[in-house]
Formats: sequence, structure tokens, C-alpha cells
Amino acid sequence: MTGTLPWCSVPVIRFELLTGRFSMPWLHHYTRLLAAASLLLITAGGLVTSTGSGLSVPDWPNSYGYFMFSFPLSKMVGGIFYEHAHRLIASIVGLLTIGLAVWISRIDSRRWVRRLGWTALASVIMQGTLGGLTVIYFLPPSISISHAGLAQLFFALIVSLAIFTSKGWHSRYNQRPPLNDWILGRLALITPTLIYVQILVGATMRHTDAGLAIPDFPLVFGGLFPSVWTPGVSIHFAHRIGALLVAIVVCATAGHVLYHHAARRELCRPALLLSGLILLQIALGGWTILSEKHVTVNTAHVAVGALAWVTAVSLALRVHREWFVNNEQPQRRDTRVGAVPASSEAQA
Amino acid sequence: MQYRRVWTFVSIIAVAATLACNSRADVPPVSVVPESGASGGGGGGTTGTSSVSGMVTIEGPAPMAETIRMNSDPVCVTGATMTDTEYYIVGGDNGLGNVFVYVKEGISGNYPSPSETLILDQAGCRYEPHVFGIQVGQTVQIVNSDPTLHNIHATPAVNAEFNTGQPIQGMTLDRTFDQPEVMLPFKCDVHGWMNAYVGVLSHPFFDTTEAAGTFDISNLPAGDYVVEAWHEMLGTQTQTVTVADGEAAEVSFAFSVG
Repeated sequence: MTGTLPWCSVPVIRFELLTGRFSMPWLHHYTRLLAAASLLLITAGGLVTSTGSGLSVPDWPNSYGYFMFSFPLSKMVGGIFYEHAHRLIASIVGLLTIGLAVWISRIDSRRWVRRLGWTALASVIMQGTLGGLTVIYFLPPSISISHAGLAQLFFALIVSLAIFTSKGWHSRYNQRPPLNDWILGRLALITPTLIYVQILVGATMRHTDAGLAIPDFPLVFGGLFPSVWTPGVSIHFAHRIGALLVAIVVCATAGHVLYHHAARRELCRPALLLSGLILLQIALGGWTILSEKHVTVNTAHVAVGALAWVTAVSLALRVHREWFVNNEQPQRRDTRVGAVPASSEAQA
Repeated sequence: MQYRRVWTFVSIIAVAATLACNSRADVPPVSVVPESGASGGGGGGTTGTSSVSGMVTIEGPAPMAETIRMNSDPVCVTGATMTDTEYYIVGGDNGLGNVFVYVKEGISGNYPSPSETLILDQAGCRYEPHVFGIQVGQTVQIVNSDPTLHNIHATPAVNAEFNTGQPIQGMTLDRTFDQPEVMLPFKCDVHGWMNAYVGVLSHPFFDTTEAAGTFDISNLPAGDYVVEAWHEMLGTQTQTVTVADGEAAEVSFAFSVG
């Protein structure tokens, strides 16, 4: 059951869904779909903050007293359009995550992957709760920043699950030998860590309204350092310094991959993509300031930041593929009554 | 093991749902001020026969009003009677409207909250009035006269914040504020251009200028006062004035742009 899906196979798929015997490629495609939906959700969230629509629907989990899915489309006007659309997409992502957790738990033999599936579900529930709380308590920065930070962790988790269920991961990228590259190993871990910290600082800047605390770019009040220091200026300046550090580390990582591992496509592709995304992200950051937080540019800055973060996570996982070798055999989980667990089979 | 997991998630959902159901954004803030007409806390405030009046002007040309794009809500596009920003309302002789003028210092004692209810109307996707004043404990009734949804979101620094939806035309909401606060902003997050300001004071000595820029604060007892004028874009100015019994003092404020 790989590749294309002929219509005649639909009953077979239904049977396999019911019995839990559904092949890994379809799980991988499903996880990719969920990852795309998560990116859409993050972008929608960016639109909510960029348009200042976070409190345009004052109640939660209802919307103006309506049940989430029965809110009339004709009433989705002004800021309600962004906020309610964000809630709808979030609900769809939540439902898809329930499906993912159940599906993984039924067909994946790797316990840690099954746990990650349930962790994703717990994360999305927590994320929804934080989203509701931040509305009810009028967008306190602490909850809003947590909401933004957890969104990125959830996105990375779904992308990781897409990688763990991919053909390349199972084949260990065509049985390539271990990297044995200490420098790349460290760089691959530092890069996503630094990008995530940078995202948190960015979220703090966004939710404390410090986005234009330093109004010029690339200079800072006409110089290299702020002439005045306020909490807003400090957060904003930290975000700029963070961008510089991220750019340096990404350049080092990508350069190292391309110079020492040019033959390894599974590393070169994310490294190049990450470099391009960081370049684009810095340009968008500057443009956000120069355009005085234009909604489209500001939102694109959030979306590209999320993409850069998960690309860095993807590269780190591929670099450290060997860490997972001894953990589990990537086999389909057999849920038939009386079936022998994969580990027992291996021992036998 | 599986059951334990299921119960864990069910519990999380239940806690989230309980939190959501118990935390309503439209619950009025706790007010220590008695019902309308009652004293603001002990009485003792006196009125007199003096007054402070005058004019607020703007020096130089005021920035041109901008046209608000209301196309995010078709109801606003068809229902709006005015689509210009109202940051600078300039009348004859450079009079500046929408300036809140009030006695900032010099008033002692407590004044009873008026029983009169003040209306803040949402009509044509605007707030009417845009700038106004009330007393602590006085009721402001927020009305949705538009056939569209509004949320009324007060963002005070001292009083309790609230954010309430008014999805149906004709809905009303009564609120009081229990602490003096100048100024207390209102906004509609659905329609980002909608905002209003209310000055909440413990006494009745305030006024808001019309387009002509004139104001009149009457029934003041004799005394020395600091009078402040507040404008949403141009900030504040203060002046000291002394009035004797029955005297009408003249005070003028001149704001400049930039």
C-alpha cells in the first residue's frame, strides 16, 4: 500500500483503518498533512496578533455564544475573521492530532514514537487551553508568550514525527554510514536551540508591543547600540543580536555540511533550505520595522521563523540519526488479538 | 496502562472545559461604589457659584483627517455616516474639539455619584461620544446600535478591565467604574479603528470641548485649582487658576502639533 491510491482500494483502506493494519507511508503522508496544517495554524495565529484581533471574540470556547463550528460565516467580520478562523484551524489541527496519536499507537511498534504521538496530543490540548486562557485574561504576556512558544514545540514535534515515519528515516537514508562528525553534531544541536530561544525573544517582543521600540533598521537609533534603554528597547535589541547569532551559527552549520558532507543529500537539502530561510527571515524582520509592522510582512516573519526552526530540528535529527538505531526496529505494530509483540519476535 | 492514559487526557479536557465555563469575560468587575445616586464615600464635597471656562485651540494647521477603510465589515461600509478619523476636530478660530478639561487638583471631599446614566453608543461603527467624562460610580450604558457585532473592550490602568461581546443590535451593557482614572480607553477589537475615551473623576468638575473648542466648568466652590486639558494625540497641559465666590475665571489652552 504505497504510492498512489486507486479508488478501488478504498474499502481495503477502511478495513485496514478499522483493524489498525495500515501501512506506514500513509501515516507519513497524514503526518505531513498535519505539519502543513500546523504551519497554517501558526500563520493564522501570527495574523491574529499582527491585526490586533486577539480579543475580537471575547468569549471562549464559544464565539459570541455560538458553538465553535456553528458560528455564522456572515458574522466573521473585522477582527473576528482572524480570531475565529484561528480557532477553527486549531480545532481541525486538534482533531487531526487525535487521529495521529491513535493511528501511531495502533501501527507503530516503536514505543518512543507512540509516546511522542500522545505527547503531541497533550501539547495541542495544552495549547488550546493556553489560547483560551489568554483570551479570558485579556492577553497577559506570560500566557501569550507561552502560547507562542508551545505552538513552535508542537510544530517541531509533528515535523519530527513526519521524519520518524518517513521512508528515508527507516532506511537510515539508504544505509549511509554514521557521520562521526563531532563538530557537526554540536552545531546541529546548537542551531535549533538558538533559533528557539530567538523565537521566544521574538514572541516576547510581539506580546509586549516592543516591535517598533527601535524604529530604524539596520541601524539602532542611528548607531550601533541603543542610546536609550527601556524594557522594550532591550527586548527588541536582544532579538536583533539573536538574529545575528543565529545567522552566524546557521552559516557555520550549512558551510560545514556543504564542505564536509556534500554527498549526503539528506543533510545538504535542509542545510541549504535553512540558510535561505534565515536570509529571508532577516530581510522580513527589517521589512517589518521599515513597514511599521505591515500585517502581511509581520505575519510572514512569524511563518518563516517557524519554518526555519523546524528545518533546523529536521537537520539535527538527520545528523543524529544514529542515536535512534539501537532503540527500536521500525516495524508495523500488529494489533491482532494474540499477536506476538515485535520485541518478543526479535528475541525469539 | 492504556486506560490510565485515556483518563489522563479526559481529565485534562475536563479541567480545561471547567476553566473555560467558569471564566466569563462578561462578568462585571466588582464595584465598591454603591448604586447610582448614592454617595461616593462619605460626602462632604461642596459646590459653589464660581466657574472656569475658556477655549482650547490648536496652533498651526492640524493634520488632515484620514479616511478609515471599513471594508473589513460590509455593514460598516453601508452604515457609516462618517468615515474620517476624529483625532483632530477643529472648529472656528482654531478651536479644538474632543479635549477633556477637568479640575485635577484643589477639590476636596466626596461628591455623590449622579443617578443620570450616560450613553456610549456604537453607531455607524463609531463610538458616540468619542471623548466624555463620568463620575466614579456613575453608570455608563454601552449600546450597540449597529446591525453587526461589536466587542466593547475597556483597557484601564487602574479600574478593572473588561471585554464583552455585543453580537446583536440593540444590546446594552451597564458599567460603573470605582476608581478615578483619566483617561480610560475603550476599543473594539473587531473594528480596529473604533476607540473612545472616558475620564472617570470623583467630582463633577469637568467638561469636553465641542468643535468650537470651548469648555465650561461651573458650580465650583471658591479656591485654587489646577486645571488640566487632555487630548488623545497632543497629550496634556495644565494651568493654575484661582476663583473667588461667584467669579468666572477664563483659562485658555493652546496645543501645537509636533
